[in-house]
Amino acid sequence: MKPTAVTQGQNPLRDPQDKRLPRIAGPCSLVLFGVTGDLAHNKIMPALYDLANRGLLPPSFSLVGFARRDWTHENFTKIVRESVRAHARTPFHDEVWRNLAEGFRFVSGTFDDADAFDALRQTLQDLDEERGTSGNHVFYLSIPPAYFSTVTQQLDRSNLSRGAEGAWQRVVIEKPFGHDLASARELNSAVGAVFASDSIFRIDHYLGKETVQNLLALRFANQMFEPIWNANYVDHVQITMAEDIGIAGRAGYYDGIGAARDVIQNHLLQLLALTAMEEPVSFGARNLRAEKEKVLSAVRLPDDLSTSTVRGQYAQGWQGGEQVIGFLEEDGIKASSTTETYAALKVEIDTRRWAGVPFYLRTGKRLGKRVTEIAVVFKRAPHLPFDATATEELGQNAIVIRVQPDEGVTMRFGSKVPGNAMEVRDVTMDFGYGSSFTESSPEAYERLILDVMLGDPPLFPRHEEVELAWQILDPVEEFWATQGRPDPYPAGGWGPECADDMMRRDGRTWRKP
Amino acid sequence: MIVDLPGTTTAAVNKYLVKLRHDIGAMTLGRVLTMVIVVNESESEEAIEGANDASRQHPCRIIALISGEKNGASRLDAQIRVGGDAGASEVVVLRLYGALASHGDSVLVPLLLPDSPVVAWWPKDAPLNVAESAVGQMAQRRITDAAEASDPQAEMKRRADNYQPGDTDLAWTRITLWRGLLAAALDQPPYEPVLEANVAGASDSPSADLMAGWLAQALQCPVSRTRTPPGTGVTSVRLTRPSGDTDLLRPDGAVATLSPPGQPVRRISLARRELAECLADELHRLDPDEVYARTLTQGLAMMEAPTHKLSGMQQAEPPAAPDEESPS
Repeated sequence: MKPTAVTQGQNPLRDPQDKRLPRIAGPCSLVLFGVTGDLAHNKIMPALYDLANRGLLPPSFSLVGFARRDWTHENFTKIVRESVRAHARTPFHDEVWRNLAEGFRFVSGTFDDADAFDALRQTLQDLDEERGTSGNHVFYLSIPPAYFSTVTQQLDRSNLSRGAEGAWQRVVIEKPFGHDLASARELNSAVGAVFASDSIFRIDHYLGKETVQNLLALRFANQMFEPIWNANYVDHVQITMAEDIGIAGRAGYYDGIGAARDVIQNHLLQLLALTAMEEPVSFGARNLRAEKEKVLSAVRLPDDLSTSTVRGQYAQGWQGGEQVIGFLEEDGIKASSTTETYAALKVEIDTRRWAGVPFYLRTGKRLGKRVTEIAVVFKRAPHLPFDATATEELGQNAIVIRVQPDEGVTMRFGSKVPGNAMEVRDVTMDFGYGSSFTESSPEAYERLILDVMLGDPPLFPRHEEVELAWQILDPVEEFWATQGRPDPYPAGGWGPECADDMMRRDGRTWRKP
Repeated sequence: MIVDLPGTTTAAVNKYLVKLRHDIGAMTLGRVLTMVIVVNESESEEAIEGANDASRQHPCRIIALISGEKNGASRLDAQIRVGGDAGASEVVVLRLYGALASHGDSVLVPLLLPDSPVVAWWPKDAPLNVAESAVGQMAQRRITDAAEASDPQAEMKRRADNYQPGDTDLAWTRITLWRGLLAAALDQPPYEPVLEANVAGASDSPSADLMAGWLAQALQCPVSRTRTPPGTGVTSVRLTRPSGDTDLLRPDGAVATLSPPGQPVRRISLARRELAECLADELHRLDPDEVYARTLTQGLAMMEAPTHKLSGMQQAEPPAAPDEESPS
């Protein structure tokens, strides 16, 4: 009997037919910058525990926290424990926790403190030796972009950005990826000067969501949707991300950024790209990105931005049984602020598939409820062989992909109302992942962090996509800068009146999601 | 909410399910499969609970088929559970008495969800040939559990002799994470062939046998099997390569250590998998598991006779109990 050969890339224990074999990353440690931030506390640390609980973290996975606090390893462990207890999705098991916590280290220092980075290098080396993390490191920059270049330069100076032979170093950055095209390029060159572009993972957590990935399955695994997914049948597309909360203490970040840069530039344009792109040759990273980049490069703004863009600012009002203050009254916001908290935008896509089909994007804070959805609204049937009265209540057919909450797909079509008269009215048909299902399905961050450790890039936008998105948004921001104050809208509603006017001019209305 | 329908018919059960759907909302509409549990009265609650938990990831209709006293008149007692009493599923418990007890399949047909997969699960004793059994013929996926059978080794042999695509066993599901870790270990350098392997585990553990069979079949090398006291599950796997041994050890059933040659020992949580987790895993893929098929039908036969020699693994030392022949 001759033993099966083992080579790099050929592992006899990994059979392509073995679909249940979990993907477990090779040994590595993760360095978390911005330990004290909300994102680290609410998402990243719980996701790491959940991964450990599911047995998907590599053996001896180690987590190194880096912050200015004067903490010991124990202090840091306590902080992580609190975050895990409060936010982890899976049940807390002492054994899993103890085992995970053994690999926790903390390094105290500021981002420009060379000594601290030398200490970090020493810590990582120690971990490599004690725990066998093999020199593989993920640097997670959960910090404001202004510090990216300082941190990456320090990583470069302390030789942390260059691993030993055969080891990998990856860096993870979070939005915002700049505030316009120029700053995005600057940011990219700062990080790109130190890390190769294949090692830079930009997290857009929407792309880790099951429903967003399901959009690809819906479109490309089925026969019944793709034939009508074009200008012949589609009237328009509405992509909505509504939040019910206000800026919630993030005034410092939000003021001057606004809804369009915060949400449209990344999440909504990514959703648009996935909705509108052509079928990729494969779901490999390169092919998927190629299609997304193609469709983003075909996005065109209407000539008259005054009739095709809207911005608003929430005023005080009643939201869901609670009286809330307006944006200008929030702590840390100047009364003269022109930052928008609501943005709506009409774009067209110059391709054969989408010629003449407007895509309406809208997002806002303090809207009626928290919901994200993609609605593909179809044209009316060219001929209705009914009396005019029979179809008075019939709207347009629609396929709605509900991204959050209540993930699923809704279809809307006409159905006869029971009775002896012929009367057709809209009904909906629902596919829901079900509330219980989502409770057990992995958080987007789990998937994305795992993909970073595995070096699997399809779900991460590249800088080309980021730059294309800024190219779309920059003219709008420049136009808005000349337009004075955004229109106020009462909290708890669906945005300013002029957003409805924008749709009305096109003979359409916003969906009430 | 639990509704009892004593002395009923499947038509009445169906009608009641539709009524519940109208009253409570879209119950079965999003369900993706029907899961049939063929079980005894005494084990039924545990099985239903496990299936309920699994249904949180895979919304389904659960039908528990419980055969009661075979003497006396035929009777069907039904119980419907929805909402808080049924996780993300809807549960129909069917108790069959008299002559009907031998015709469980006949009450199933009208209650299966339309045009969707059927998964059958025998939590304890399964028919000799599950695929040919009346319930098994209706199901795309047939889940057995050799570890629960009275003689696990003989059970494994029966499964191997009668394997049909779509069969699967929870003993196989329980070692998925082990297999994942071993595969991940071979992803790392040194890239050398595995010359021989050893699997230590309980003498009554079909999981350990399957692990050994899987390694033998995939690595094409001699695999020995060390037997530890019953009930200990899988305790260690050793892969011997030219540069040394890679050991994956789980002495306490919770935390494992992985020791690649010349590198620090790595620790990882590797708890025994809960029933619900295993079931949810099984429901994840409904296509035939070719790797299980090969392991079961070829791998098990390739294993060497059991061995005792194992250095540095005291906890894996076999007991005084007589070794059984490895299953063919």
